[in-house]
Amino acid sequence: MQSPPSAAPPVIELDDLRVRFGRFEALAGVRGTFDGRAIGLLGPNGAGKTTLIHTLLGFHKPSSGTARVFGRDIRRQDKAARALIGYMPERDSFIPGMSAVRFVRMMGELAGLPPSHALERAHEALYYVGLGEARYRPLETYSLGMKQRAKLAQALVHGPRLLFLDEPTNGLDPAGRERMIRLVKDIRDSGDVHIVLSSHLLRDVEQCCEEVVILKDGQIARACNLAAERQANRKFLELELGAPAASDDPRGARPASALFDETSRSGVAAIDAFVDDVRALGASIARGTKRQRLRVVLPPSVAIRALYERAASGGVLIRHLDYKRDSLQDIFLQAMAGESGPTSAPPQPPAAAAAVSASAYEEAS
Amino acid sequence: MAVYERVYQRYTGLTTPSWARILVLPRYALRDVFRSRLLVFFFALCFVVPLMAAAVIYARHNLPLLDTFQLSVDDLIAVDARAYYYFLDAQFGLGFFLTLFVGTGLVSRDLAHNALPLYLARPISRAEYVTGKLLTLGLLLSAVTWIPGVLLFLFNGAFEGPGWMVENARLMIGTVIGSTLWLAVLSMLTLALSAWVKWRPVAAFALFMLYVMGSFFAFVTNQLFRTDWGHLVNLDQLVQIVTAALLGAEVPDGPPVAVAGLALLVFSAFGLLLLHLKIRAYEVVS
Repeated sequence: MQSPPSAAPPVIELDDLRVRFGRFEALAGVRGTFDGRAIGLLGPNGAGKTTLIHTLLGFHKPSSGTARVFGRDIRRQDKAARALIGYMPERDSFIPGMSAVRFVRMMGELAGLPPSHALERAHEALYYVGLGEARYRPLETYSLGMKQRAKLAQALVHGPRLLFLDEPTNGLDPAGRERMIRLVKDIRDSGDVHIVLSSHLLRDVEQCCEEVVILKDGQIARACNLAAERQANRKFLELELGAPAASDDPRGARPASALFDETSRSGVAAIDAFVDDVRALGASIARGTKRQRLRVVLPPSVAIRALYERAASGGVLIRHLDYKRDSLQDIFLQAMAGESGPTSAPPQPPAAAAAVSASAYEEAS
Repeated sequence: MAVYERVYQRYTGLTTPSWARILVLPRYALRDVFRSRLLVFFFALCFVVPLMAAAVIYARHNLPLLDTFQLSVDDLIAVDARAYYYFLDAQFGLGFFLTLFVGTGLVSRDLAHNALPLYLARPISRAEYVTGKLLTLGLLLSAVTWIPGVLLFLFNGAFEGPGWMVENARLMIGTVIGSTLWLAVLSMLTLALSAWVKWRPVAAFALFMLYVMGSFFAFVTNQLFRTDWGHLVNLDQLVQIVTAALLGAEVPDGPPVAVAGLALLVFSAFGLLLLHLKIRAYEVVS
């Protein structure tokens, strides 16, 4: 998430940005520098996603702090900043009595395009979003999916450098959602525009974005580069331990919870001993709320066989072993649980990142 | 973003100056107005009085024509302050109905369909949005009030000569200032009602009632308290007082001219305040 040293200003810079509505503080000191091609804005309802976008657009005045879009201060150079932005609002927004092409043309002209250029771009934008055949129809006759695409067209018509998409797949059927995601990816891949995608749908963000900013209670709970996270988050092993088949137990292996119950001293001692043995191999271990579940990151030099050997010698049974990798959902849950990763920090080395993931397991599981 | 390529490309062409963007709003709004046949008909109707006035001016300076109809110059209305006062009064009335049709939907339509975020996400400010909307009404009302008034003045001046024009310059100045004041008050109140009453027919009714109830309330107050100060809430009377004073015509009953002018400014300021409170991309409930 950290911007590389370059002359060009970062896409978005936030410095202790606070926005207050009466007594309610919607943004509580947001800091960060975002430079990614596609930035996902995640968070539960009321986290401050939309407020952040609206503040960057100048709809809300910050009570303190600053924000810059491509180096333009949103307080003093708000118009210059907005000239670089395209905005697709979350709610149904259009001007009735207008055909799509007239609506998009008007939006282009308001953004500063000469009328003839705006008309040309309006046709192109509507073709681009797949409304070419319906562009002369009045907007109020459009379906929800078509209105969403018309909103995208008006956001694109003036060729912005930064595109704010607020819940672009809201209310769309699977086919419409797929089409919208494809468009967003295509815009992202054009390399001409940066995208900020606000959504509560992790899948949308995971598909479209390379950076993720997770907001919680008006603050950035976590900011990370998804690609780096995927690379850094080395696969970890998820283990479920159970009791070995005891000779005095005619039923054979009992359920894991029977042996490793909190009340069972022998069970606790066995698993603790196993954990200590595995740690001695140089592995990172996170223990879940259920003691028999572990997440283990083995050093490259250690084979899985070593785990079985330690388990056998410690008198525990590995009932389940699987490779896992932190998903965006894990990252989101960690952030919501209060496990904050580094904000705008450089990508971590693999082992450290894995340890962070593993340490968060306890709370997430 | 060429159509045949279907790939996104940034716009790198020319851009218009900032002030030109304000004119986009009235341009689109006026185009919508003139798509309605009813409004075009009514707009044309607004020029009947100016055309009749122009005919009278022409006839006053055409003796053969007067002879044909066996009329003398004294039989025709003189071009003076009184004539201008009645001319403007008629035009203000027509302009009011034009505003009822056009003005009440200017903001309500945008608010009802959440279009304000789309406007205000562009490089235009709230003040520029309101200015654009005011310009829509301003241009329309100017076309039926002071512009024909000034043209009639120049028309008569062409017959009478520069001496008449200098001597009666007050007619032109009074027409321009009086009309501008009237259209500013009316436009701001109309836009404010349009912003607060999102349903257009209700906004139109509210504007109509504002005028009718103002006159009624003024009448009742004046009768009860045997005073003329009740006209302070009668917008029509206030405008007439100020316009008559500016033209140099006989001033109708009511508060002093300065007070009437001040009251109109207060009404305008109130309209602006209402617009300031309502014209926002999103309403925030604190």
